[in-house]
Amino acid sequence: MEQRTERQTSMAILAKSSLSHLEQRIETLGELPQYTFLRSPEIGLTMVRGRAGGTGEAFNLGEMTITRCVVRIEDFTGFGYVGGRSKRHAELAAVCDGLLQTEAWKPKIYSQIIQPLQTILQQQQAKQQRQTEATKVDFFTMLRGE
Amino acid sequence: MAYVAVKGGERAIQNAEALLQAMRRGDNNIPELSLEQIKQQLSLAVNRVMAEGSLYDRDLAALAIKQSWGDLVEAIFLLRAYRTTLPRLYYSKPLDTAQMQLQRRISSIFKDVPGGQKLGATYDYIHRLLDFKLAAEDGEYVAPETDNVRANGHSSSRAIDTLGEEGLIQPETTSTGDRSFAPTDEPFDITRQSLTTPTNRDARLQNLARADEGFLLGLAYSTQRGYGTNHPFAGEIRVGDLEVIIEPEELGFEIAIADIQVTEVQMVNQFKGSKKLPPQFTRGYGLTFGYNERKAMSMALVDRALRAKEFGETIEGVAQDEEFVLYHSDNVEAQGFVQHLKLPHYIDFQAELNLVRQMRQEQVDRNNHDQAVKQFSPPSSSCSKI
Repeated sequence: MEQRTERQTSMAILAKSSLSHLEQRIETLGELPQYTFLRSPEIGLTMVRGRAGGTGEAFNLGEMTITRCVVRIEDFTGFGYVGGRSKRHAELAAVCDGLLQTEAWKPKIYSQIIQPLQTILQQQQAKQQRQTEATKVDFFTMLRGE
Repeated sequence: MAYVAVKGGERAIQNAEALLQAMRRGDNNIPELSLEQIKQQLSLAVNRVMAEGSLYDRDLAALAIKQSWGDLVEAIFLLRAYRTTLPRLYYSKPLDTAQMQLQRRISSIFKDVPGGQKLGATYDYIHRLLDFKLAAEDGEYVAPETDNVRANGHSSSRAIDTLGEEGLIQPETTSTGDRSFAPTDEPFDITRQSLTTPTNRDARLQNLARADEGFLLGLAYSTQRGYGTNHPFAGEIRVGDLEVIIEPEELGFEIAIADIQVTEVQMVNQFKGSKKLPPQFTRGYGLTFGYNERKAMSMALVDRALRAKEFGETIEGVAQDEEFVLYHSDNVEAQGFVQHLKLPHYIDFQAELNLVRQMRQEQVDRNNHDQAVKQFSPPSSSCSKI
């Protein structure tokens, strides 16, 4: 998945963020519009696949839990797909995806949910990267017989 | 085999379960373990349970470890049982391990790999001495960090790709190019199809990915000691996070649902060549959920051993015998069949007991008969020997 649309990026951020962070951000929105479930939050499995040698034939590596949810909000359909078993997480992700499609809510969801969550994820990733990088080996060669 | 319906054990069984629960909890004055503690402080146990339980879910794995009183094979069994209660909704796109957010990456064949050697969190260079400071329970440790971080963009390209550029290693490509998943083109699934030998590599890799670590470790070791040797090098070992991407039909486009941690091992093996193939290096591949390095390395060695037929090698070690390896690698199946011996076999055993008694009696009767014959017959029968 090289080129991502705005929506794909947002959905990934909603899925990868922790539920507590997502809930904190949602609280800043105040009252949300009414919505109904087109598909109530449902827990299931995704079979994760790999490739032999990283680039060869595909094989089934093992499963992971996933929770999905579809909501109807302001005449738009919002989808939530999140790893793990949190129904609340899938529901909130679907609501945000739905609201991102509305003209009225889109700027607010971006500035108060997506961007702050993206910043948190990037910070976590950067911290982990700095830790890994600190264990990088600097080889040097000893000169002999000078 | 007959199982006897035994009555009268009901109260004993209930009490045995209650006793187990109490013993598992231990002294009530000691704080109870939380799942969060298990997830964070017994993380490698969680990883093993997820890999062999074949289900990536840290919360469930931690719960299973708590419930199983620390017995990881039991925890794996619990996770496998749980997964059968959930519907399978999607298949992911194959993980692109080149895109890994690295937490560790080493190569033992090239000193200078693109992006460098990053040791990550490892026991490799630590003396195996007990650290009594840990017993004091007040440790706070700070992870060192560096600001000298290069953009991760190309740093996770594979170390062994340089061998590929020279054509010195067997290429690893899809037979149909960059295939998208037409239903007919699905990889084998040992959870849905019954495994029969001979198999292909997709079925083997799935089996090995969830195989018992101890079993694979022993087999991998046997190949190194000469039972089907194939002279391995650790071409590259990497641990890190990868995006899981699905494409739900109802949505119509690809989305990432989570980052999961995996360990990938690329073993490079010497190969003298055959009538069809020139001398080159060949590969063994290991991929597991979580940070699971010993398991992933063992998997890669056994994967290579099982490719013997593909490379026209003679099969001389058990690790090369796919029927033996694949049918005995699963610890849920193995522990079930071994431990079923604890179930009442009273009738079975009674029959065996009667049989042994009967055979004994027959032997005694036969001996008595033979002696009687010897006593009353002339000794001429032994004359012919002289």
